[in-house]
Amino acid sequence: MTAFQIILMGLLIICAVSVSFSKNLLNAILIYMSFSLVMSMLWICLESPDLAITEAAVGAGITSVLFFVTLKKIRAIEAAEPEEKEESKDE
Amino acid sequence: MSKKRPESEYQKTFAFHFFRWLSGSKDPYLGEVEMHPQKEYQIDPEAALRHEKEHDAILDKVYDPKRNMGMKLFHKLYHATSIIFCLFLIALLLVTISWLPATGTVNRPVNNEVAERYIEKGLEETGAVNIVAGMILDYRAFDTLGESHVLFTATITVLILLRLNKTEKNEAELSDRRFEPKNDAILQLVATFLVPIIIIFGIYVILNGHLGPGGGFSGGAVIGAGLVLYLNAFGFKKTERFFTEKTYKWICFFSLSFYCLAKSYSFYTGANQLHSIIPKGTPGAILSSGLILPLNIAVGLVVACTIYAFYAMFRKGGF
Repeated sequence: MTAFQIILMGLLIICAVSVSFSKNLLNAILIYMSFSLVMSMLWICLESPDLAITEAAVGAGITSVLFFVTLKKIRAIEAAEPEEKEESKDE
Repeated sequence: MSKKRPESEYQKTFAFHFFRWLSGSKDPYLGEVEMHPQKEYQIDPEAALRHEKEHDAILDKVYDPKRNMGMKLFHKLYHATSIIFCLFLIALLLVTISWLPATGTVNRPVNNEVAERYIEKGLEETGAVNIVAGMILDYRAFDTLGESHVLFTATITVLILLRLNKTEKNEAELSDRRFEPKNDAILQLVATFLVPIIIIFGIYVILNGHLGPGGGFSGGAVIGAGLVLYLNAFGFKKTERFFTEKTYKWICFFSLSFYCLAKSYSFYTGANQLHSIIPKGTPGAILSSGLILPLNIAVGLVVACTIYAFYAMFRKGGF
């Protein structure tokens, strides 16, 4: 295991822990998104590019976008940050 | 042929009364029973306040741990039981894991002949250079068929939960861009450059599923992401020119039924030791590996449409 992989795994643990401690829902989604990106890099290191592409597209892209739309629907973003209420959906 | 009866005679029959009662067109009590005229119920504000205060006082007394010994005991017992239950569950799972065969030994069920066969004969039997594609779309195509149907079922469920009727839909369309009536120029410019590249990359991933990493699911997800970006930049008016509920319906129908038929054929020939007419082709060429390429395209179409449909329904409640 190279140093790069160890750094990635450390990042993964930091992301996973900070998602559950994040009070702001928008931040939690962004951290979750970065978790997926780090995970997709790790998949490439583990020699499974199939999974890496899927993880990057589904985990980082689609899931987060769906979360954003849901937050907008339940008006959770507006309550948290009044200025950013509409920017989120264009991620 | 039944005889036609006059209306007055029909009105005396049981059937007439029954259907009148069933449809509720006549109130059976009206005109028969003495009734007081009903008044609209009005809440007395004083009584409501008093009632609320009493309710709060009762709750305070009931849930005050100083007064309620049973409550106190229950809380302690509750915490203790939950901790014991968690410990029990952890212990149960750990004991179960200890029963699994040890990692790396020869006798593990993972070390059977299946993986070996996939690696050694995969190229020869499926014609796919990418062994993963050969596995998921040839050896285990039944799993992938189930996955595509799960996605389709998920869309239907979301449609049932989030569907809006005509007027609500119009309102949602109007209020969709209430906070930003103008299009975002930066987003539009970026999307103009990015969307074609994303979609072409998705198509590349789908078509090269049997040659390199990727396949129907990942490529479809990439195309779906591109469509969502396009929708965000240019709005529903532009996407509705080429993608409506009808398009979704037909694409899903044709892809899933094509998948079913193609795999039924190969299962039939495989199970009966018949020679399949689908050529394997030379490994490495784009038109090779039998059914994997068309199946990849079918799965990719379903996934791309599903992702776009999810987003559209979450955002607007319809296409």
